Amino acid sequence: MKATRRDFLATAATAAGAAAASDLTAHAQDSEHGHAHAHQAVPSDMALRVKSLESLLVEKGLVDRAALDALVDGYEHKIGPRNGARVVARAWVDPAYKKRLLADASAAIAEMGYLSQQGERIVAVENTAKLHNMIVCTLCSCYPWPVLGLPPVWYKSAPYRSRAVIDPRGVLREFGLELPEDAEVRVWDSTAEVRYIVLPERPAGSEKLNEQELAALVTRDAMVGVKKVALSQSGGAA
Amino acid sequence: MNGVHDMGGMQDMGPIQYEKNEPVFHARWEGRVRALAHAMAAWGKWNLDADRFEGELIPPGEYLRESYYERWFAVLVALMVKHGLVTTAEVESGMPATGSPKATPPLHAAGVLPVLTTGAVSNRDVPVAPHFKVSQPVRTRNMNPTGHTRLPRYARGKLGTIERDYGVFVFPDTNAEFLGEKPQHVYSVDFAARELWGEQAKPQDAVYLDLWDDYLEPA
Repeated sequence: MKATRRDFLATAATAAGAAAASDLTAHAQDSEHGHAHAHQAVPSDMALRVKSLESLLVEKGLVDRAALDALVDGYEHKIGPRNGARVVARAWVDPAYKKRLLADASAAIAEMGYLSQQGERIVAVENTAKLHNMIVCTLCSCYPWPVLGLPPVWYKSAPYRSRAVIDPRGVLREFGLELPEDAEVRVWDSTAEVRYIVLPERPAGSEKLNEQELAALVTRDAMVGVKKVALSQSGGAA
Repeated sequence: MNGVHDMGGMQDMGPIQYEKNEPVFHARWEGRVRALAHAMAAWGKWNLDADRFEGELIPPGEYLRESYYERWFAVLVALMVKHGLVTTAEVESGMPATGSPKATPPLHAAGVLPVLTTGAVSNRDVPVAPHFKVSQPVRTRNMNPTGHTRLPRYARGKLGTIERDYGVFVFPDTNAEFLGEKPQHVYSVDFAARELWGEQAKPQDAVYLDLWDDYLEPA
């Protein structure tokens, strides 16, 4: 029974999104095992269907191609976890800012220019040695994109969405984070239009770092609450 | 609707597939389909709740099999056809029907950044009295609507405490089907993990959900 179900899911995952899935697999194997795998040379079915839809909508005057380019550029370059990382670093070095962030995150984030004044409601929840917050959207893929950008695939996928609420400690273990038995875990299921961001704990030993150096340590995963910020981290908010 | 999208508490979905240095999009078409959906929403023919509901109407087998952006594509096409912006024949041929009028797009490149830094806004500045107050114990309704709802199955009929009042928001259950915004208060509600999952949960752990007045009754 179990095996059958797993097989179904595995098959489903393999079949999903011809280009996306095969690129992903090939890429993962490339980087992890150094094997070269042939990437798909012909455009996938989805690539063709989306291209055809785009030209139809442009032709009908329903969308402006320059607006589409600007949207994609925005998703890829204007929003993203670097914004959130700068908010976190500011809160770590500036106690007054931290207070404002925890009291009204939308306003504190708008102060730094990452959210419009009339933007969505964002709430910051603070992690401490005794209290661990993590964020999920069990129903779809709600995520604070003005500060974190678009969510990664795992955040939008069944394994995380299903288990984050029933077994948060197990999920955190999969991310390599073992919490103390007596710590309190709070899971925030984003069921409405309020968006959550975790203010992670500032790592011990970071006292001498300036705001910019601190921001470079803060990762997307720490702001979702599935990892902690480590002092040795490199590569930033990926 | 008790659909497969309502995943909270399901088991055996497999390990989390983490990708290091994940790109924003895995293929060019993913970014294009997201942008198309975003640009088409600017026509104001549907709302965020209707968009989510359309995704929930994808048959469960397909929902699990399709990638995230394949679902976006299916939802966008379904919404555009339903609201008369395109026909199925046009989507299949990729060509406008002969004699169809040319529209003027509502979203231009200059308007894009403000949209991205605003996010989803569905709060309403209308005077509606809250049904509950902070620290008050509440029980979620035991309800199983066949339409759209944001009260997940795992949190129905459960005892919680009002943690915070977020103010007045559009009610998704009616808004998704264009039956009115029915603005009402949304609260952060604190549920003990043991109330939701029983003894297997740690006594100190909690799950917080954001819930509308219509999902709650006094406890």
